[in-house]
Amino acid sequence: MPDFTELSRFWVYLAASPLLGLTMTLCAYLAAQRICALFRGAPLANPVAIAIALVVGVLSVSGMSYERYFAGAQFVHFLLGPATVALAVPLVRQLPRLRQHWLPLTAALLAGSVTAIVSVVVVAHLLGATPTLLATLAPKSVTSPIAMAVAERLGGIPALTAAMVIGTGIFGAVFSTWLFQLLRVRSHAARGFAMGLAAHGIGTARAFQLSAEMGAFAGLAMGLNGALTALLAPWLVPLVMGWMG
Amino acid sequence: MLAAFAVLLLFQCLGEGVVFVLHLPLPGPVAGMLLLMVALIVFPKLQALVEQAANALLAHLSLLFVPAGVGIVAAAASGSGHWLAIVASVIVITLLALAVTGLLLRGMKNAPEKDGDA
Repeated sequence: MPDFTELSRFWVYLAASPLLGLTMTLCAYLAAQRICALFRGAPLANPVAIAIALVVGVLSVSGMSYERYFAGAQFVHFLLGPATVALAVPLVRQLPRLRQHWLPLTAALLAGSVTAIVSVVVVAHLLGATPTLLATLAPKSVTSPIAMAVAERLGGIPALTAAMVIGTGIFGAVFSTWLFQLLRVRSHAARGFAMGLAAHGIGTARAFQLSAEMGAFAGLAMGLNGALTALLAPWLVPLVMGWMG
Repeated sequence: MLAAFAVLLLFQCLGEGVVFVLHLPLPGPVAGMLLLMVALIVFPKLQALVEQAANALLAHLSLLFVPAGVGIVAAAASGSGHWLAIVASVIVITLLALAVTGLLLRGMKNAPEKDGDA
């Protein structure tokens, strides 16, 4: 008969060290990749969403706190910084195409960025959202550190903004392929640029799974839209809210 | 590989420094990306050095969002209210932003030939 007190003591010991959180993150991601491979071609099988669901499931079953989990997972989280810097590498390889198409890319960036900010304020207002919620939702298309700073400046709730950013990223990554097929947007550059603009890092991660070119344009759009939203949102959101009364 | 990682971290530090000194509304890593882009254009030899590590990191970009995602799902589960407004705006606005940007660039694939004719 197994000794359960000994086993639970071992679990308490293991859960206290960063080892477990890190192992869980890597294993959940590998399992998510396997699951995605089973549903080959199905955009609904998104590895980020599946890996998150697996980890959340294990945490809620085992009663392990998020703080404990993050003590290990932070080593993976930290790599987001150097990975963002690394986006410069595929980008430089696309430089000739950037030079060639700077005008349509600039127009698409401006139109996409303004659409994301203005439409969120209009739609959320029509659905009866409070001004605090509007300020929380407005910057949700951009990468989370920028989105949280913008939300704070507008009087929103930064933590809820971060949740919306992840939700937007996963939704965009899952449905973009289907939408582009419907709209007959075929070039990888155009698809990538739209995904990076509307669905930031998670959209960019999805784009890199499809092609290096798509990923490069997604990374570019993510960076540019982040900067543009940080500049535009603080005066555009109060302006639109003023029009709507 | 190690040298490449050092270069990436160095440019992240530079990015954080520039953002701090100039009070830019950007995260440090995004500024670091732009700085590395300039460096790669000025010193093309740097590309060969960082290429492998950069590609390895970017190939698993999805993995890096898992820890933050878990925290946010855990936090959101404890929140409440206005879920219709939140979910509806996430869906509508994301599709709208994707569509506007994608449609404006729809002509991109054929553009090189057209540019060549001009």
